Amino acid sequence: MFLKDYISDVFKGVRSLLTGMKLTGWYALHHKKEKITQQYPDNKDTLELPERFRGEVVMIHDEQNEHACTGCTACELACPNATIKIVTKFDIQPDGKKKKAIDKFVYHLELCTFCNLCIEACPTNAIKMAQTFEHSVFDRTELTKILNNPGSKIREGIE
Amino acid sequence: MPSLENIANNIHVWLNNNFSGPWPMLIEFAIVGVCIISLFALLGLVLIMMERKVSAWMQLRLGPNRVGPVGMFQTLADTLKLMVKEGMTPDGADKFLFNVAPFIVMIIAMVTMAPIIFAKGLQIWDINIGILFVASISSVSVIGVLMAGWASNNKYSLLGAMRSGAQIVSYELSAGFAILVIVILTGDLKISSIVDSQANGWWIFKGHLPVWIAFVIFMIAVTAETNRAPFDLAEAESELTAGFHTEYSGMKFALFFLAEYANIFVACAIGATLFLGGWQPLHFGTGTKFNEIMDYIPSSIWFMGKTFFLIFIIMWFRWTFPRLRIDQLLNLEWKYLLPISMFNILLATLMAISGWYFK
Repeated sequence: MFLKDYISDVFKGVRSLLTGMKLTGWYALHHKKEKITQQYPDNKDTLELPERFRGEVVMIHDEQNEHACTGCTACELACPNATIKIVTKFDIQPDGKKKKAIDKFVYHLELCTFCNLCIEACPTNAIKMAQTFEHSVFDRTELTKILNNPGSKIREGIE
Repeated sequence: MPSLENIANNIHVWLNNNFSGPWPMLIEFAIVGVCIISLFALLGLVLIMMERKVSAWMQLRLGPNRVGPVGMFQTLADTLKLMVKEGMTPDGADKFLFNVAPFIVMIIAMVTMAPIIFAKGLQIWDINIGILFVASISSVSVIGVLMAGWASNNKYSLLGAMRSGAQIVSYELSAGFAILVIVILTGDLKISSIVDSQANGWWIFKGHLPVWIAFVIFMIAVTAETNRAPFDLAEAESELTAGFHTEYSGMKFALFFLAEYANIFVACAIGATLFLGGWQPLHFGTGTKFNEIMDYIPSSIWFMGKTFFLIFIIMWFRWTFPRLRIDQLLNLEWKYLLPISMFNILLATLMAISGWYFK
């Protein structure tokens, strides 16, 4: 019984090693087609980033300059390193009621680790990750961004 | 076609005709020294380039591609950089041992080159215990590694060196047993007669099962002996910074690096000589058209082709397998490789006595 286990151990080990070698061998033979490295500064014009690339957080605005952010601060709470600060105000609605809305969506790019937790926390899909990545600037203050466009307001029917 | 054998013989004859006393021998020593050193430099450049390209291909990267056409001169540029860097000796180090260790590792890698047959008749020293010589000398390199680790006066270096000691001492055993299988089948330790015994077929074809097992064990043991991943515990960059050569810089580091690649080359050359027939071309049957075409390819190309094929396999190991822990490493040797190779050597002996191999 011991010997049987021993021999099957050896064979299983060899087989799993060969499986790994088969994969890397296949990669080595097909590296021309499969390679994922992009020659970045050379292909600046034709650069294509993967869909799920996380460059920076942006707020989605439609043609009427409306966004979907209710100012619920779920993203602010989800952020592990205080990258997001939401400043709220109260809009007076036609029927005289006050409604909470965002004044400024402050985003500190210099603190962000691109962990995607804010996007997952957002209940209304108001923010997303953009594919821009050339973020270097000469002044640190330029990295503190206000994400909602000036004059934008919340889209109708989003609570 | 001028063969390397004729060139070597012509030089020998010419020297003996034109000089007397010890001079022909001394001049030959000098020629051999220059050849081996330049071969080492060349091997370092080629193998490091090959490793970087192979690793890039296996990881779907591009590898070096900026210096020269397809990045060919990258290693040359790296060598230049290492040469102009300062070879620092730390204050707390044992200065003499620290500086002598890389040279010991390097010299031992060079000495093991002596009995290898590079092409038909091209051999530095046809010693009658050739394979034993290689096996015994190559195990001395662990002293250089231990020396480097000890003299560095650094925890990481010492840990790396100690691991390397345990590793090389244990894997010598199974490498030795794998070599013994071929020695039993050939009945000789002389490398030239081992190659001659494969004129009618390489041992890997003639010897079937025991030789296959021996070949696999040899490749595993040799990977461990040359301190390469998945057995690179002596270096283990993710846990020990760089293991035994943490404190080395500049050309002294480059010597360790070069010695690693030289050891791989020697190990693979021995593997090619024992199992894949050295410089013997691939033959099927006798007197066929295929054999004639194969004979037309120079013997040096056959030898280098086989050696580089084995080097590629070892690089393939490195870029596929995760590193073993020290206990897993010793388990693999003492619980698996050693019993299997002991059983295998009995099988090979039985086969050699009864003549159950293809003749």
